[in-house]
Amino acid sequence: MLTAIGVMVLLAIVIGTVLGWSAIRFRVEGNPLAEKIDAILPQTQCGQCGFPGCKPYAEAIAKGEADINQCPPGGEDGVKKLAELLGVEPKPLDETHGAPKPKSVAFIDEQTCIGCTLCIQACPVDAIVGAAKQMHTIIASECTGCELCLPPCPVDCISMVPIAEDLPHWKWKHPVIELKQVA
Amino acid sequence: MSRELFRFKGGVHPPEHKAESNSRPIHAAPLPKQLVIPLRQHIGNPAKPVVNVGERVLKGQLIGAADGTISAAVHASSSGTVVAIEPRTVPHASGLPDTCIVIDTDGRDEWIAHEPLDYRALPATDLRMKLRDMGLAGLGGAVFPSAVKLDPGPAQACPTLILNGGECEPWITCDDVLMRHHADEILQGAAIMRHLLGSTEILVGIEANKPEAIAAMEAAAANLDFTVEVVAVPSIYPGGGAKQMIETLTGRQVPSGKLSTDIGIQVFNVGTAYALARAVHHGEPMISRLVTVTGHVLRPQNFEVLIGTPMQTLIELAGDRDGTTGILMGGPMMGVPMPNPGVPVVKATNCILVQSRELFPPLPKPLPCIRCTRCADACPAELQPQELFRFAKAGDFGRAQEYHLFDCIECGCCSYVCPSHLPLVDFYRYAKSEIWARERDKRAADLARERHEFRLFRQEREKAEKAAKLAAKAAAKRAELAEGGARPEPAGAAQADGAPAEASDADAKKALIAAALARAQAKKADAAPKNVDRLTPEQQREIEEIEARRAKIRELARKPLATEEDA
Ligand code: SF4
Ligand code: SF4
Ligand code: SF4
Ligand code: SF4
Repeated sequence: MLTAIGVMVLLAIVIGTVLGWSAIRFRVEGNPLAEKIDAILPQTQCGQCGFPGCKPYAEAIAKGEADINQCPPGGEDGVKKLAELLGVEPKPLDETHGAPKPKSVAFIDEQTCIGCTLCIQACPVDAIVGAAKQMHTIIASECTGCELCLPPCPVDCISMVPIAEDLPHWKWKHPVIELKQVA
Repeated sequence: MSRELFRFKGGVHPPEHKAESNSRPIHAAPLPKQLVIPLRQHIGNPAKPVVNVGERVLKGQLIGAADGTISAAVHASSSGTVVAIEPRTVPHASGLPDTCIVIDTDGRDEWIAHEPLDYRALPATDLRMKLRDMGLAGLGGAVFPSAVKLDPGPAQACPTLILNGGECEPWITCDDVLMRHHADEILQGAAIMRHLLGSTEILVGIEANKPEAIAAMEAAAANLDFTVEVVAVPSIYPGGGAKQMIETLTGRQVPSGKLSTDIGIQVFNVGTAYALARAVHHGEPMISRLVTVTGHVLRPQNFEVLIGTPMQTLIELAGDRDGTTGILMGGPMMGVPMPNPGVPVVKATNCILVQSRELFPPLPKPLPCIRCTRCADACPAELQPQELFRFAKAGDFGRAQEYHLFDCIECGCCSYVCPSHLPLVDFYRYAKSEIWARERDKRAADLARERHEFRLFRQEREKAEKAAKLAAKAAAKRAELAEGGARPEPAGAAQADGAPAEASDADAKKALIAAALARAQAKKADAAPKNVDRLTPEQQREIEEIEARRAKIRELARKPLATEEDA
């Protein structure tokens, strides 16, 4: 009996030490959960979720300070994936943060642009090129469509252009099959 | 012909319908008034246009240059004038437009200067580049750039070369008649392939339902100075699929996710071999191909067609009939419906199958899957189509991939045998394109994350640098003021005397602000445009225009501008 207790105590001490040591030795930098959440978020960096970017939102979700349905660009699909990751029930998007829109890119009317650089300062992904008093252009392949560059423009020369479906990006649709009812 | 043949798993025996079109001789389709030549006719990067609207082009002239390694050039199929370079509806299931070069033909069909290539004298890399620039792409249906496939890669050699004359898909006979009439040239193409790939064994696989083609190829093979084995393979759909042909002839399977070259085998369609021979021995780029026009037409037959010819022209030539319900490019098993009959013939167009209600009665309404696994028995890729269907339908793409969705060759055997008439292949196509789209989105998101993080880092760094600079400047200015001379010009020369400032703090601050204001004023005054020397008159004019525009805008937006002038 005594030896049994002794063995258990010894085991507890040994395992505890190993666990404690490995917790320090193999400590994971950063917050792995937040990173997993961030990997699901669309990286539009638009701030519609109420946070200054996708990562802060991911961190807030990880800490339980924000709900999973605040990101309109991610859409229902994004909510579903987050729910799956966190093991909670998916819920509809929170309308107060905006509704999902078709994916667009910003376009600068170069005729009107005055080269004030205000949009450059607003763009979260540096997708706008131009220098002071030069016309500015948006690198469409890098624009996330966050719309943050629209309000600062003093001459309203930026507009959002929905991305038209072209051949390389065309997708086969989910086939609609009308199943015959079997009695 | 004592070769031991192997039987791949699965396959079906749909009605062949070959006799309709394979008995008539090959007719050259007449020159159409207008050619519409898409720049994206192959897998890989679309060609880049190298001609301008209004330019006169000759037959065989390069009009779209290959862009990168996995690409192929496109050429004018006849002489005429380029009238447009614009999006036109292309023969694709989407019905979407894509950039095409439109040529109004002049009826003269005037060739550009072209000459044969001495392929033995050219280094292999140069020869492959030439073939890419001659627009060579696989004519079996996948239109993969041939130059890439003719590179044996690091292995230096690909021991087995297979010419695929299987043509297992019902209705199509263009490879059949090509082998009957051009066997010699097909094998000349094989000789060039053998030279590039270093192959020692050359096999031609032809389904046994084409005895004339087999005889013609055997006769041609007898005249060669190297051995070509012509093998009759059993007619089972999809025995003409590359992987199935390899298994039938060699008994070897291409592992999942690998290429056939990984096991030392390369497969080309016989049409590609013919086109290669034309390119090398006659210097003719890929500007035409054989097309079977069959189904609901009066005279089903094969035409030699210039790339860019509208399908409608061919259907009329073959005798169009009332009651047409649709047009497929390709056969009934793997063909894709065309958005309209006006779309042009492209390199991938092996067959134009005109449908009617009698020939292709609409399928009965599908029933739920009863899990009979007949589809699995028929699948030549040894997949579980019923499971793939379940996952694709539910949007569970991860599981679909675990079940090797990407090994599916979309042959349609599963849909063909399904007693519930489920359009299974449509679901696989949907799942595949959805997975590709998600991967694209993921890459875009990763790029955005990276750029955003870099921006944050840059902002931090700039802030720190600015703070340091400001501190240094303030210190210098204070020292300067203490010296007595409140000069408004910064002049770059900051003298740090070290003498402590005697003037009161308030005074110093006021002076600082005055100095800054003066500096700003001075800067504004001499904000001269830079890089304006050595301008061409055009640039000068452009600048003037821009200045005029700016002046106007300034008028319009005077208020908000006032604050940004110095941003
Ligand atoms: S709402 Fe915008 S910033 Fe927030 S997570 Fe979604 S994309 Fe990122
Ligand atoms: S260009 Fe405008 S819309 Fe595009 S990412 Fe930058 S700020 Fe957002
Ligand atoms: S053949 Fe059709 S019904 Fe049978 S298991 Fe396959 S999908 Fe289901
Ligand atoms: S379409 Fe795909 S799943 Fe169906 S039989 Fe062919 S390879 Fe198998």
